[in-house]
Amino acid sequence: MLDDFFIRALLAGIGLAMVTGPAGCFIVWRRLAYFGETIAHSALLGVAIAVLVNLHLVAGIFLTAVLVVLAMSYLERRDTLPTDTLLGLLSHGGLAVGLVLLSFFPNMRVDLQALLFGDILAVSRLDLAVIWGGGVFALGLLWWTWRPLLAATVSPDLAVVAGLRPQRAQLVFGILLAAVVAAAIKIVGVLLIVALLIIPSAAVRRFAASPEQMAAGAAAVGMTAVAGGLFASATFDTPSGPSIVVTALVLFVLTRLGRARSAGGAR
Amino acid sequence: MAGWRIRRDRMRAPAPSPATRAKSFGCRKGPAVLVRASDVGVRRGGRWIIRHVDLTVGRGQLIYLVGANGAGKSTCAKAMVGLLDIDEGAVERAPSLEIGYVPQRLTLNPTLPLTVRRLMTLTGRFPGRRIESALAAVGLQRLGDPPAATLSGGEFQRLLLARALIHRPDLLVLDEPAQGVDTAGAGVLLDLVQDIRRDLRCGVLLISHDLDAAVRTGDDVVVLVPHEHDGRAAGPDGPDAGAGRRASGRR
Repeated sequence: MLDDFFIRALLAGIGLAMVTGPAGCFIVWRRLAYFGETIAHSALLGVAIAVLVNLHLVAGIFLTAVLVVLAMSYLERRDTLPTDTLLGLLSHGGLAVGLVLLSFFPNMRVDLQALLFGDILAVSRLDLAVIWGGGVFALGLLWWTWRPLLAATVSPDLAVVAGLRPQRAQLVFGILLAAVVAAAIKIVGVLLIVALLIIPSAAVRRFAASPEQMAAGAAAVGMTAVAGGLFASATFDTPSGPSIVVTALVLFVLTRLGRARSAGGAR
Repeated sequence: MAGWRIRRDRMRAPAPSPATRAKSFGCRKGPAVLVRASDVGVRRGGRWIIRHVDLTVGRGQLIYLVGANGAGKSTCAKAMVGLLDIDEGAVERAPSLEIGYVPQRLTLNPTLPLTVRRLMTLTGRFPGRRIESALAAVGLQRLGDPPAATLSGGEFQRLLLARALIHRPDLLVLDEPAQGVDTAGAGVLLDLVQDIRRDLRCGVLLISHDLDAAVRTGDDVVVLVPHEHDGRAAGPDGPDAGAGRRASGRR
């Protein structure tokens, strides 16, 4: 069963979960789920642009996602519209423009199914290198900006007074999310990436006593979900991306059951 | 424009004790200035939230900022520490000024696990000894390390004070620290602030509702007065309105 492609899929998924765990904690703490969705949806525009200018798909997705992050940070400062309205505008605007652009290239075969739900069993050696390279880069960024970002999460005012430049930390986090989404396209796809960010963090919340513990725990749960989901996918012949998310969901439900039994729990 | 009139005159105690008089004389001799606001105005959405505010905090001074709800006390404090861009006037801060800021409200997101000791190192890395002494300075040394969200209102305020202290600030800015704390707790907080001011020889800008305590214990009291009580606020505000406000403020 452990064919070469399976090992590559496993390694790719684990490399991704290593970053989505800690990054997902910040999504949960800062209530950025919709922001994550927006970046993920912009990936389709990224694919269209990559096709247009003949770029590698992952590079196109990453650059477009970074543009969306910059646009969002600019609009948030300049526009009076509420954040979720702006996000909806960028998210679905990007998606629609991307689909329209792609329709101009009827000869280009873009596998929408794979983009939306992932195609982890087709991970190449190059993909693996991109995912691990991007993953290590993203983790390094997160390590570097951890204190300012955490302080800004608790109180932007406290971070500013302490000279920690929360605005910069938030921008760095946005770019990191762009990298995560670009790397995740192959694994779980555009529609499911936010699940891999949120579910592991939510599952470990009650067991964590510190932000750092929660980040490490979320990474561990994410890796477990990837491994479990891939084995389930191979065993029951189910699609790999959704299987990973379902496994994460099962892990989450198990932690909730434990909570009911222990009567009380965290908080 | 419904603006606020800012009265800048120094509050006088009904019967100033000799001690108060001596203290305020000491200020006039001029301790090193930590932060000085001159004629500061902040405008948001076409309306002045504060205007014509003069305020100076020197080393070792306890300065009160008093006023009704909505008079712009928090805005004023934020302008002093550099959290807000001002639209008029100037704020000068001493070079390499270390500021300890205790915000009015801080709600912890329940999904973020933060213990008391982890919160202390939120904005900087400090050795354990320094964490202990900052917690001891506010009487929380025997608390252990519970999640910060489980603290009572008064304890949490003291924790935020300790978090500001650990930076060894030159200037401590407290935005209504006694809000939501009972009278006894408020007294404890005030005593703590006095001890801290003595130990660190820092300047303190304290936002408060308690005019009584302000006049009794402050080196100076700055009162922000809403313009609305004036009766003139409803009319269109011409260019002289500011001048008129300023004149009445100097009364």
